[in-house]
Amino acid sequence: MANLRSDFLGIKSPNPFWLASAPPTDKEYNVRRAFEAGWGGVVWKTLGSEGPPVVNVNGPRYGAIYGADRRLLGLNNIELITDRPLEVNLREIKSVKRDYPDRALVVSLMVPCDEESWKAILAHVEDTGADGVELNFGCPHGMAERGMGSAVGQVPEYIEMVTRWVKQHSRMPCIVKLTPNVTDIRKPAEAAKRGGADAVSLINTINSITGVDIDSFAPMPTIDGKGTHGGYCGPAVKPIALNMVAEIARNPETHGLPISGIGGVTTWRDAVEFMLLGAGNVQVCTAAMTYGFRVVQEMISGLSDYMDAKGFASTADLVGRAVPNVTDWQYLNLNYVTKAQIDQELCIKCGRCYAACEDTSHQAIAMSSDRTFTVKDEECVACNLCVDVCPVEDCITMRELPKGAMDPRTGRTVGDYANWLGHPNNPSVREAAE
Amino acid sequence: MSMSQLAPGVVPGRLPADAYARNFSDVEPPLDGHEAKVAADRCYFCHDAPCVTACPTAIDIPLFIRQIATGTPEAAARTIFNQNILGGMCARVCPTEQLCEEVCVRETAEGKPVEIARLQRHATDTLMSRNVHPFERAEPTGKRVAVVGAGPAGLSAAHRLAMLGHEVTIFDARPKPGGLNEYGIASYKTPGNFAQAEVDWLLMIGGITLKTGQALGRDITLEGLRAEFDAVFLGMGLSGVNALRAEGEDREHVHPAVDFIAALRQAEDLASLPIGRDVVVIGGGMTAIDAGVQAKLLGAENVTIVYRRGQEKMSASRHEQDHATASGVRLICNAAPVKVHGNGAVREVEFAYTEDGPGGLRLLPETFRLKADQLFKAIGQTLGEVPEGIALEGGKIAVDATGRTSLPGVWAGGDCAAGGEDLTVTAVAQGRDAACDIHAELCPS
Ligand SMILES: Cc1cc2nc3c(=O)[nH]c(=O)nc-3n(C[C@H](O)[C@H](O)[C@H](O)COP(=O)(O)OP(=O)(O)OC[C@H]3O[C@@H](n4cnc5c(N)ncnc54)[C@H](O)[C@@H]3O)c2cc1C
Ligand SMILES: Cc1cc2nc3c(=O)[nH]c(=O)nc-3n(C[C@H](O)[C@H](O)[C@H](O)COP(=O)(O)O)c2cc1C
Ligand code: SF4
Repeated sequence: MANLRSDFLGIKSPNPFWLASAPPTDKEYNVRRAFEAGWGGVVWKTLGSEGPPVVNVNGPRYGAIYGADRRLLGLNNIELITDRPLEVNLREIKSVKRDYPDRALVVSLMVPCDEESWKAILAHVEDTGADGVELNFGCPHGMAERGMGSAVGQVPEYIEMVTRWVKQHSRMPCIVKLTPNVTDIRKPAEAAKRGGADAVSLINTINSITGVDIDSFAPMPTIDGKGTHGGYCGPAVKPIALNMVAEIARNPETHGLPISGIGGVTTWRDAVEFMLLGAGNVQVCTAAMTYGFRVVQEMISGLSDYMDAKGFASTADLVGRAVPNVTDWQYLNLNYVTKAQIDQELCIKCGRCYAACEDTSHQAIAMSSDRTFTVKDEECVACNLCVDVCPVEDCITMRELPKGAMDPRTGRTVGDYANWLGHPNNPSVREAAE
Repeated sequence: MSMSQLAPGVVPGRLPADAYARNFSDVEPPLDGHEAKVAADRCYFCHDAPCVTACPTAIDIPLFIRQIATGTPEAAARTIFNQNILGGMCARVCPTEQLCEEVCVRETAEGKPVEIARLQRHATDTLMSRNVHPFERAEPTGKRVAVVGAGPAGLSAAHRLAMLGHEVTIFDARPKPGGLNEYGIASYKTPGNFAQAEVDWLLMIGGITLKTGQALGRDITLEGLRAEFDAVFLGMGLSGVNALRAEGEDREHVHPAVDFIAALRQAEDLASLPIGRDVVVIGGGMTAIDAGVQAKLLGAENVTIVYRRGQEKMSASRHEQDHATASGVRLICNAAPVKVHGNGAVREVEFAYTEDGPGGLRLLPETFRLKADQLFKAIGQTLGEVPEGIALEGGKIAVDATGRTSLPGVWAGGDCAAGGEDLTVTAVAQGRDAACDIHAELCPS
């Protein structure tokens, strides 16, 4: 069993699996159960200012999209921040932290965009003994209309300003949670860093409408015949989150800024992928909401086995390992030539590769009368679509042509590394030559 | 007071009254909506799918399963009925383990095919339960076609002809339509009087007149039909039975299995059907299996099916054989009947062991006897009425690929025609294809 202990901004936890600020962390009862189940830490459901709490809708607040067999792939919500009184939450946070000193307990905050409001709440949070704060600049619905959440997160200047206030008025580590509802995720991350943030966490949910009721003509979830956009999360958003994490990790302006990875983490593998792209730990919401707190046990055993197999002594060893391999398209090697090949032993003859390649790609798969499918190297552009649609794992794979071999499609010999920057078809190369 | 299983002889009511309903209920209960969705999700939507090729009626299986998966089982049903108007019955009776499901790529991948038949039943049941008919007739053509036999072949032909705008009259010798769907198929495959409900639903297309109790050769003649109608389709099935050619075959309680099954299918009260304590069935096809299993379900203590060749040569599918043995029926292979013993009624059947060599089947000198107070012969059926002047092939009506017989204006299909598989689904396919050919002939475009 590998050592999974995690140190994120000096906040210690027995493993890098935290529950994200969301319904699973909305009250003492849940958080105690989560800690009993093995979660390394939690980010408490976002607190607002003193006074009457926000209210939630009283109709459905979630919508979902499904894969085969109703497997939940994406979840959308129109829930707001905690709707319980501030004092109650603070009292519970204090009590839980006292009983679980070895677990990470970070408090998520969202208050109006003035210095006094932030100063006031930070004092309260420090009293609880919590390990740190996370600034919720991400919530895309309900709060944004009130000048909070993603309304702040979409304006780098506001992020910088609020982060600076927080660092001024508190000694606690400060994590800035980013919204993905921006065109360039690097800008808000840079702003957070300028403001003095100790880390960023991402992603919060993505603006979305999960579906439309085709009988009542209303978006779902539907409240009295109307609907509104919600925030999208779950396995479906993982690829978007991974890219955003990588963008921040490889941006020279923010390189080295600690990242807490969030978005679709469902298994230990997802967690490892986020960490390889630079996340120091991960936060989980939908997987816990779908399967309950017990899923963390699979994450723990999976990560541990992986680290043992790779010989990683600590979780820090894997953080960021894949970052140097994330590059821009123009640096990809155009002399890396592969061809699809079909393992006839594994092939079940469904013909999906054939339909895909014949109808929508390069007519590079031949089908014989006895349903044997073979790749025509002279047509295959190595797009990978056949691999992607084949229902049998490893039945179709990509074979690399060795250097010096002839690509029967182009008639050219496979040469050394060469990218677009030096390619004769590149207009700037042509200009330079003229 | 019910008789016990141990009561000697051929007697009714061997089982407690409630056992009959239980024994003869749906052998494979329908999928509910959730089960259907889970099952449908397993289909890979194969290109040029092997299951479609394996289906004698070439139903677009991937399409109808996708239609179920997307919540439109009635669209799925239309896809099915488009190719096979008896898709409801076929979903219940097709030996799919030898047809579509055998070649399913999931069978290759996991040894567990997509449950095509049960999905087909889900779709067809959904549409039929609304009691609406999914097709409309084309403009009347003014042509009239006679169909002989209201079995799967005749019904399929009649429906397609009516749909294409022709006026159809079906003649059937029996009092009820449906052919073996009504008189032959095992009752646990099609409970709830489904066969008649299906015929009623099929006839909702309109343009079909059904005349029962009208036998070709007795009440009507082919000559007469040819004179009165623009075309004739023969779908009379096989109404004769083969003889055992064993001494003592004429003893009491020796019957063709198809007669036993027909009586069972028509019985108002299964408890009133007399059944032996020791029942022997001779044969290796679906009829033998169905007779054996249903004898057991009626309360026979010992039921033995005896087949003259090796088990792998039985025409009943492995699935059917397993169903029989799981029901407590004993299978004996490589033995042929030589004598039916008894005094008036059958008491024992004597068999010789056989050897199946390159020179054919040979009886070995060694024999054995099985106790039997009832003996069912399931050794194949033959053409009953042979219309005059029509060419035969192997004892059945000779036809070309589209069902044309040697007589101009006369088509044939189903069990009575040569070259078929003697399955419900092939009868449906042949009826449909002959109808299309008749249409092409009557209304050249
Ligand atoms: C016991 C048994 C079980 C079977 N189980 C299965 C099964 O599970 N699955 C499967 O796929 N297949 C099964 N079969 C085979 C299947 O039932 C037949 O292949 C199918 O019914 C053939 O259809 P058909 O229309 O050609 O003939 P039939 O169904 O035999 O219909 C012929 C019709 O013609 C009528 N007729 C006959 N002679 C005349 C005449 N002279 N004049 C007017 N009408 C006449 C008959 O009354 C009957 O209605 C089974 C067969 C038997 C005997
Ligand atoms: C392989 C691939 C290439 C694409 N290329 C383009 C493109 O060149 N221009 C464009 O406007 N959209 C492009 N798209 C996006 C599609 O037009 C479409 O907007 C997108 O795939 C979403 O639709 P869908 O997922 O329902 O198919 C591409 C999509 C794919 C999958
Ligand atoms: S990799 Fe693309 S082009 Fe090559 S065979 Fe597969 S689908 Fe066709």
